[in-house]
Amino acid sequence: MKEQKKNKPVSKSNKISRRALLGGVVAAAVLPVNSIFAKHIQTAAPVAPEPLEDPTKVIGPGPSAQGKRSAFEHPVRKFSETSSRSPLQDFHSTITPADLHYERHHAGIPAIDPQKYELLIHGMVERPMKFTLAELKRFPAVSRICFLECAGNFRGGKEDLTPQDILGLTSQSEWTGVMLSTLFREVGVDPKASWFLAEGSDAAVMTRTVPVKKAWDDAMVVYAQNGEAIRPEQGYPVRLLLPGWEGNMNIKWLRRIEISDEPYMTREETSKYTYPVKDRIRMFSFEMDARSIITFPSYPQKIMPGWVEIRGIAWSGRGKIVKVEVSTDAGETWQDSGLQEPVLSKAHTYFRHLWQWDGSPTEILSRAVDETGYIQPTLKQLAEARGTAMGGYHMNPITSWQIKADGSTWFKPE
Amino acid sequence: MKIKIVVGTVLLGLILFHHVIAQQPPALTSKNEVGHPSRFGFGRLATTTEIALWDIDVRPDGKGLPAGQGNALKGKAIYTIKCMACHGNNDTDLSKIKPPAPLLVSDTLAKSRPKAIGNYWPYATTLFDYIRRSMPYNQPGSLTDNEVYSLTAYLLYANKILKQDQVLNANTLPAIVMPAKKLFIMDDRKGGPEIK
Ligand code: HEC
Repeated sequence: MKEQKKNKPVSKSNKISRRALLGGVVAAAVLPVNSIFAKHIQTAAPVAPEPLEDPTKVIGPGPSAQGKRSAFEHPVRKFSETSSRSPLQDFHSTITPADLHYERHHAGIPAIDPQKYELLIHGMVERPMKFTLAELKRFPAVSRICFLECAGNFRGGKEDLTPQDILGLTSQSEWTGVMLSTLFREVGVDPKASWFLAEGSDAAVMTRTVPVKKAWDDAMVVYAQNGEAIRPEQGYPVRLLLPGWEGNMNIKWLRRIEISDEPYMTREETSKYTYPVKDRIRMFSFEMDARSIITFPSYPQKIMPGWVEIRGIAWSGRGKIVKVEVSTDAGETWQDSGLQEPVLSKAHTYFRHLWQWDGSPTEILSRAVDETGYIQPTLKQLAEARGTAMGGYHMNPITSWQIKADGSTWFKPE
Repeated sequence: MKIKIVVGTVLLGLILFHHVIAQQPPALTSKNEVGHPSRFGFGRLATTTEIALWDIDVRPDGKGLPAGQGNALKGKAIYTIKCMACHGNNDTDLSKIKPPAPLLVSDTLAKSRPKAIGNYWPYATTLFDYIRRSMPYNQPGSLTDNEVYSLTAYLLYANKILKQDQVLNANTLPAIVMPAKKLFIMDDRKGGPEIK
């Protein structure tokens, strides 16, 4: 769980990697080797074609069954053995191309046959039921644009970090599926129910408990992402979608929902995804707090004196972003940036701020405000509120970029 | 919309830890449900056999625990063969070679006190549930219920919570009160200007 550790960037320590272990020590201990991680290794980017001297003089290739990115563009996720991060600095608006959506899974990506797929809903219901994928698609469908974010989405500690390194565990898609409330009515959920367990069919058989209230509010069972079937790494064929709530709860490869009247206290909601707050440990932090980051200019980009449009994204798990303030003088003064319409609830919101840089070194920062009146805090404010042992979950501090005299941009570690 | 708030277990006198919010399904008025029938009639009833096959969860009150039993002595033998390669042997100073999987016993290292079962896990039932569903990491779901009881007993013993010869079963496991339980609090933040 590297990504939850503050001040612990991409360092190579002396610990044995999981992959090495699965192939080495365990094999020696006479346990079968399961090379699930082999699937993660990405092939090299395509080689760019020889640029044409004059493209108007040569007929180009014709139509094809499936389009590809320009061979001159190479946006890539950065990945470790347990997660991959979206290249936020390469995006110009807020829908994440599905193949660049961040990933975090606990035991690899399962291969699930959509013909055999079934969702079981049971427990405190009138009728325990199973739904095939085709049956789920027969229910009235709803589409919704919202962000997903891992609760451990925070890294710092050194200057040469990109937005992707700092908080690349967030992405946004348009999801389509059926409202969970529609399914809950179909099975006849007991009015005394207060929690439900959601379970995946990956090798972690991932489980989290969710308040039933979320189902009556805006939870969905989704099968499409940006118009097409969900990507395998995003839960193909079906995942739970809890708009605004921590990524881990949005159970992928969803196979079972059990309705209950108390939480199950699964490992992911007790041993993990909990964090020290003063002398206590806080659990069940569902909503992702309002946050923003400037993605341009950011490390390793360089700017020139003159007009610079500062750009970035802001989001809140509690509703709409109402304001993103930008400071170009290291936090002395703040100005409202422009928000790209439409501003959606629980969604990445693009902001832009026009700035005339005079060439002198400075720091630029952004600060998000959501519709509940919450103002994105500084790291210092978070430490004061929670104590210095606060850990890496649900950290949303203001991030600051240093602009040097040569126009180079560097993350400011705190 | 009728919201019923039932205040349940109160821990440490003051900490409101466990509030249960039961909620009546709201009437069919949300904009996504306009014109919906009370039921569509899609899907089919699940059989008890189908439910039993997948229903492997265990709740803190013991609901879901299977028949069977185990103890720490048997658990240690299984641990040595099936878990130690990844999680370490629980008594050596591992500061030189950190195992790739989380340490399962606190105070394993001479001078540090990593968060582990004994000092961080609020419920012992979670251990049974988690080991049964996903460990050993490279062969999930391969353990018998008796093996899971024994491994749970061993890890609780290694964390100084259970005696070595104590029998763990569906009655004794949920009765264990974990030392860290009193530390846990529900997030009560509701948005707004306060930084908490
Ligand atoms: C192949 C390596 C490997 C083997 C063998 C293995 N584990 Fe694990 N174990 C892991 C990894 C990796 C994790 C962390 C998984 C994650 O974070 O999703 C883990 C996590 C755990 C945890 C949760 C720890 C925490 O602090 O949340 C427990 C408990 C556990 N294993 C018990 C066992 C037991 C008991 C066995 C033997 C039956 C076993 N493991 C065998 C790799 C292994």
